[in-house]
Amino acid sequence: MSEAAADAAAPAVRLEGVSKTFGTRAVLDDVSFDVARGSGFIILGRSGTGKSVTLRHIVRLMRPDRGRVFVEGDEISALEGPDLSRVRRGIGFLFQNAALFDSISVGENVAFPLRRHTKLSDREIKERATEKLAAVGLESEYETMPAALSGGMRKRAGLARALALDPPIILVDEPSAGLDPITAEEIDTLLMKLKERGGTTLIVVTHNIPSARRLGDELVMLHEGRVIVRGTAADLERSTEPMVRAFMSSQHSG
Amino acid sequence: MFDRLVPLVVSSLAAIGDLAIFAWRAARESFLPPFEFRETVRQIFELGLRSAPLIAVSGMAVGVVLSMHTRASLERFGAESMIPAGLAIALVRETGPLTAGLLLSGRIGAGIGAELGAMKVTEQIDALEATAIDSFRYLVVTRVVACVIALPILTTLMNFAGMLGGFLAETTATGMSLTLYFTRAFSLIDLVDYVPATIKTMVFGFIIATISAYLGFTTESGTEGVGRASTRAVVFSSVGIIVANVVLVRLIFFIFPKAAGG
Repeated sequence: MSEAAADAAAPAVRLEGVSKTFGTRAVLDDVSFDVARGSGFIILGRSGTGKSVTLRHIVRLMRPDRGRVFVEGDEISALEGPDLSRVRRGIGFLFQNAALFDSISVGENVAFPLRRHTKLSDREIKERATEKLAAVGLESEYETMPAALSGGMRKRAGLARALALDPPIILVDEPSAGLDPITAEEIDTLLMKLKERGGTTLIVVTHNIPSARRLGDELVMLHEGRVIVRGTAADLERSTEPMVRAFMSSQHSG
Repeated sequence: MFDRLVPLVVSSLAAIGDLAIFAWRAARESFLPPFEFRETVRQIFELGLRSAPLIAVSGMAVGVVLSMHTRASLERFGAESMIPAGLAIALVRETGPLTAGLLLSGRIGAGIGAELGAMKVTEQIDALEATAIDSFRYLVVTRVVACVIALPILTTLMNFAGMLGGFLAETTATGMSLTLYFTRAFSLIDLVDYVPATIKTMVFGFIIATISAYLGFTTESGTEGVGRASTRAVVFSSVGIIVANVVLVRLIFFIFPKAAGG
């Protein structure tokens, strides 16, 4: 099989035996999973169980102490320089607090990846950025500075920036954290559209069960740095694992 | 006591080692493509041009005070005509570069420490990396290059502002004309007085930018950490400049013996 064909058949993301320790605390302990292309993959778990650390490994903001991370067949955990940059361009990352660049306007935040990674003209960049802002309902906020936005608007602007380069993979850290249920659902709806219409692979960290049900084709739950269960939302409902039962039942209405 | 001292010494040495690696990387990448021209120019404007009013006003004030002191000293020997030249040499050789360096370590050092520290704790640096941008090159190298370029220019501005301040003091006291004042001021100044002392401030710029960017990049513990990074950036870069100045002045005297002469 040629290399290109192997890449095309590779899962969107693969973690192989990833372990990470901070000081004496093992945050990830031999974590392995595959994420199918175009699927919604949910990482569940209580606070401090290594969910965000897992996302950070996928975009190589962190390197595993042991194990390997692959993105569309490339071992991102071993890449540097231009190769790392190339793989990262295929990933959009929505941070928990959006992490908008606060010295430039909302529109320029979205335009930023385009200015850096494309040869489009200034006019085309502005058009594309406005289009992405319109997709999240913020087309009138191009010139607004990030500090003037509400929490939900910041998150939507962060999503528009993550989508700027039309990446095939989107990582989302806690999409509903700090948002009211209606705004949280709006964000979920935007993510659903991306998956269903664009074939985008979604990897979402959350502890919001309704959100996980909406977005997830497959769910894993992390506990003390290990994957304790993996399956569909229905599989997790039926799980006999006490931690999974406690987690699912405590958030039935949430 | 000893139990607490040993870890403190070890962690301080580790931080100095980290800083040395950080500074070496900044120096090396300043000369390696790809260059961030747009951002570097923006930083020269932000860090350099915006510091110009501070430097001009401070330079004038320093010039006035230096002139008053020089007059008090030289009057006793009937050597008032030497005031402009004496003031100019004092400014160009040492007072201008060191005062500009210390003022800018306050303004620029605090700015870089706080800005990069805030970007670190709000995950903006991670967001740059996730957007496939080399955050070190984009945030650190641009600021280092901007400071190395801006410091000699701002020092020259300080020298001129100081001389202008000296003229104002002198013309108030004696009614001396601007032409006569500057003719006398430049009568004893040689290139060897100006060039090495001004090039020295490029090192000051490097020290301010690398120390402040390092402290910003290594900020932890939220907003409290940002405040600490900003304060430490000013303190450490000021001390760094004063210590480096001793070495640099020795070096200048060694390379240009004429610079040590009167």
